[in-house]
Amino acid sequence: MFRLSGVTKRYPGGEGLGPVDLDVPAGRTLCVIGPSGSGKSTLLRLLLGLVRADRGSVRFEGREVPGEDVLALRRRMGYVVQGGGLFPHLTAQGNAALLARHLGWDEARLGERLADLCALVRLPPETLSRHPRQLSGGQAQRVSLMRALVLDPAVLLLDEPLGALDPVTRHELRGDLREAFRRLQKTVVVVTHDLAEAVALGDRLLILRDGRVAQQGAPGEVLASPADEFVARFVGAWRDSLPGAGGEA
Amino acid sequence: MESPSPDGGGAGSAASAAGSPVAPRVVVGSKKFTESVILGEMAAQLARAGGARAEHRRELGGTRILWEAVLRGDLDVYPEYTGTLRREILAGEPAEGEALGRALAARGLSMSAGLGFENTYAVGMRRDRAQALGIRSLSDLSRHPGLRLGFSHEFMDREDGWPALRRTYDLPQRPRGLDHDLAYRAVASGNLDATDLYSTDPEIRAFGLAVLADDRRAFPEYQAVLVFRSDLAARAPEALASMRRLEGRISAAAMLEQNARAQLDHVPEARVAADFLGRELEVRSEARAEGRAARVLGRTLEHLGLVGLSLAAAVLLGVPLGIAAFRRPRLGHLLLGAAGVVQTIPSLALLVGLIPLLGIGARPALFALFLYSLLPIVRNAESGLSGIAPELRESALALGLPPWARLWLVELPLASPSILAGVQTAAVIGVGTATLGALVGAGGYGQPILAGIRLADPALILEGAVPAAALALAVQGGFGLLGRALVPKGLRLPPPRE
Repeated sequence: MFRLSGVTKRYPGGEGLGPVDLDVPAGRTLCVIGPSGSGKSTLLRLLLGLVRADRGSVRFEGREVPGEDVLALRRRMGYVVQGGGLFPHLTAQGNAALLARHLGWDEARLGERLADLCALVRLPPETLSRHPRQLSGGQAQRVSLMRALVLDPAVLLLDEPLGALDPVTRHELRGDLREAFRRLQKTVVVVTHDLAEAVALGDRLLILRDGRVAQQGAPGEVLASPADEFVARFVGAWRDSLPGAGGEA
Repeated sequence: MESPSPDGGGAGSAASAAGSPVAPRVVVGSKKFTESVILGEMAAQLARAGGARAEHRRELGGTRILWEAVLRGDLDVYPEYTGTLRREILAGEPAEGEALGRALAARGLSMSAGLGFENTYAVGMRRDRAQALGIRSLSDLSRHPGLRLGFSHEFMDREDGWPALRRTYDLPQRPRGLDHDLAYRAVASGNLDATDLYSTDPEIRAFGLAVLADDRRAFPEYQAVLVFRSDLAARAPEALASMRRLEGRISAAAMLEQNARAQLDHVPEARVAADFLGRELEVRSEARAEGRAARVLGRTLEHLGLVGLSLAAAVLLGVPLGIAAFRRPRLGHLLLGAAGVVQTIPSLALLVGLIPLLGIGARPALFALFLYSLLPIVRNAESGLSGIAPELRESALALGLPPWARLWLVELPLASPSILAGVQTAAVIGVGTATLGALVGAGGYGQPILAGIRLADPALILEGAVPAAALALAVQGGFGLLGRALVPKGLRLPPPRE
């Protein structure tokens, strides 16, 4: 679905990404993990064409990103920014429906689509009339997800979808996300700093360190045989946080 | 022929002549001091008696404004003083004696013969004290070296003031410099013997002073004349002839008396002028007067018009400029810098500077208010837009909305509280600044304030200041309501508790 070859992106101050070579296979969920500043969000922005690589190429469905028609490209991707990024001046419904309305969907088609999405993300439909400031953190994340999914994009890109939530909501939403990804059968890229989340949600893990790929592979693979000291420490820290620390994965 | 004028004054020949299809229009101006307003009113009433449709743009903000306006043709005639023409307006040109008429003619202007009095520097003493000492002229002063003289600071400093006086009459006294008002009171109470004054000051009457004759001409000549556009002779010959009937008809004592009636007795200038014309020239003329309610209503409409129109134009240009400044930060720096520079121009300087381009009346005031309104509107639009949280901007971008849809559906609604606050600031500033519009003949609440200051009449000042303050409060309140209508509900909710 995505293919990155020799991609480098640097910001003033030295942070950034690359060089990175990466294949994101279609229909799978890739979790990108790493400490802050490791280039996770930069990777998402490169996939979206929100920033351009300094060197190397990003391809989506075989075509160069961002390419000629950047609007069409972005409509093939659903993106949820860290914190959800709901527009406070619109209701939940106004947020979710914004793009479809702009493209001239009639209300019947839109209503049907929103009802389906509410079911998918497990949001009570009556919540849709509220404004973002009247929503709980979990509800806001679900609405953001609806907004990203309204055009049924080919891929879903989520930046820390469980970031600022309380533990109970976090646990609930994690289960619902996993279920939604399973039903959608889409290519999903989730950025997180939490290995537990990544293991729960991802078919594959990509561990970043200082803008370079430290290791990638299936979760079991990564946990069983960390590629280097850094990954081992990452995995170790996670194991220590588990109940009955020191047990087998 | 019944006149609807509230004071019941006869409409006279003016109304009948004005009804004829060819009645020429004559615009009279006056400066913002009482004598000028009375003379302007006399000229306007005489022009009407001469068959013209005359307007009186009263209390304009200064010599420069009237001069530019009569040059441009916004005014046809205004009362002036030969000294002012020579020393201020045409300073640096040969304008002594006959040359003055030629200097004016070169600009398409003419000058009437003197109206019969001078308003120049003079020296006054208490009448009884002057009589007791036998002093009638300035020459007599040198015979009394013990006299206590006190002069205003300006008079002490000006070359044509005390230095000229001392030189011409070889005066031995050593005068004190003090405040003008204090000097009058000191003379009246006997603590000073003589002070400087203007020869037609109503205070001369109020404090019972005698004006000493300037028998050796120490002071410059400030003959009152009418300056008018030369084309008036062809355009409105009868009105011009009628106005020129004032030539030589007003003595210094008569002018002083008229000034005192208006300034001290608070008789409206139109009434003062009409009475004088009826008595001296047997011209029956109409002294127009409005009731207070009609006056306040008229001023309110003028004021609202000034603020409303200038604000609407500033919003129409300022919001797009704010958007441009947001989209192109380098252009933005330039725009905000330029708007900031405009803001630092003193309002009076801006108004006067605009007169050669826009004339007098509402236009320069509207344009100046428009310029002052731009900065808060542009700045708030720009800061409202660039203050949008980065994750919201990124979300709009990532959704795949084209730029104009991002602007219209996301960015402008999010910036709306800030934009509205900028417009509100501009409106409140506008309500205050518009009072200065009266200085260039734009009317509004500034008109009674100017007149009130001129006449030292607190009631008249309040007639402008109170409605202006009330309007500012109403604007404040109105914007509160407007915010409910224009700012999306979601932005007015309290932020979530976390």
